[in-house]
Amino acid sequence: MSPVWITVTAVGAGTIVLKAAGPVLLGGRPLPRRVADVVELLAPSLLAALVVTQTVGGDGRLVFDARLAGLAAAIVALRLRAPLLLVVVVAAVVAALIRLL
Amino acid sequence: MVAPIAIAVLAFGLTYGVLARAAGMGAIAPVVMSATTFAGSAQFAAASILGAAGGTVTAIVAALLLNARYVPIGISVAPGFEGGLLRRLLAAQLVVDESWAVSSRRGFDFRVLVGAGTVLYVTWNLGTAIGVLGGGALGDPNRLGLDAAFPALFLALLVSQLRSRRAWIAAFIAAAIAFVLIPFVRPGIPIVAASAACLIGWRRT
Repeated sequence: MSPVWITVTAVGAGTIVLKAAGPVLLGGRPLPRRVADVVELLAPSLLAALVVTQTVGGDGRLVFDARLAGLAAAIVALRLRAPLLLVVVVAAVVAALIRLL
Repeated sequence: MVAPIAIAVLAFGLTYGVLARAAGMGAIAPVVMSATTFAGSAQFAAASILGAAGGTVTAIVAALLLNARYVPIGISVAPGFEGGLLRRLLAAQLVVDESWAVSSRRGFDFRVLVGAGTVLYVTWNLGTAIGVLGGGALGDPNRLGLDAAFPALFLALLVSQLRSRRAWIAAFIAAAIAFVLIPFVRPGIPIVAASAACLIGWRRT
């Protein structure tokens, strides 16, 4: 199997189990408070890391390029409460324009 | 109530189809992933890590860590679930942030979860299929700025997760860990390492 298909299969199977864990396996028994607090912070931690690596990550080095301008534009769009699709399009268009210059 | 969310999810799925294709996932794999995983941020994370040559294991680990939040969400809605094992198993797959939010407004309503979840599942997959088809017609992803679309997307998803002071702190620590590690390790590793920032949740408030 190619890396893409291994990823699709493993993430699909794993997610089905994670989603079923509460309603099917655990039957509503709560997680310990501290464990729940830690799990709740996983998504913001990973998403913040993804913002950084996707903005300045290169192949094993920091790269500062048009993606930074795209991110800045996205911040402005988010502050103006633009819908998600518009935020993404604005970032892409700004980065593309900077590359054209 | 579900219609505006469905339109947003359609656009979100479309974005996923385009970006997953641009990240080199091909045409079929993103469609299959939307049908089986049905969790936006994890799917985007996997696509972006694969696209950045970040390694298969890293992509899988990051995506599953992002979906770990569905364990406590699933536990919170479990008492309201109805029916036998198969029905519970299928309904559990319809839980995503949006369907959970809609069905938990005034106490959890199982029927709203199934109804809204089904609508969102269909629109998410429809959006992905349209995006994959449209994405194939686009040119060089970087010239179009599609590489700048990923960080913008993750930022938008991050903002929706910053519901507490602790979430802000965890996000800052994670961002710092990722930034410092980028020059020293393979792409993808900084993301998984940064997830350790969640451990600040262990401290009692």
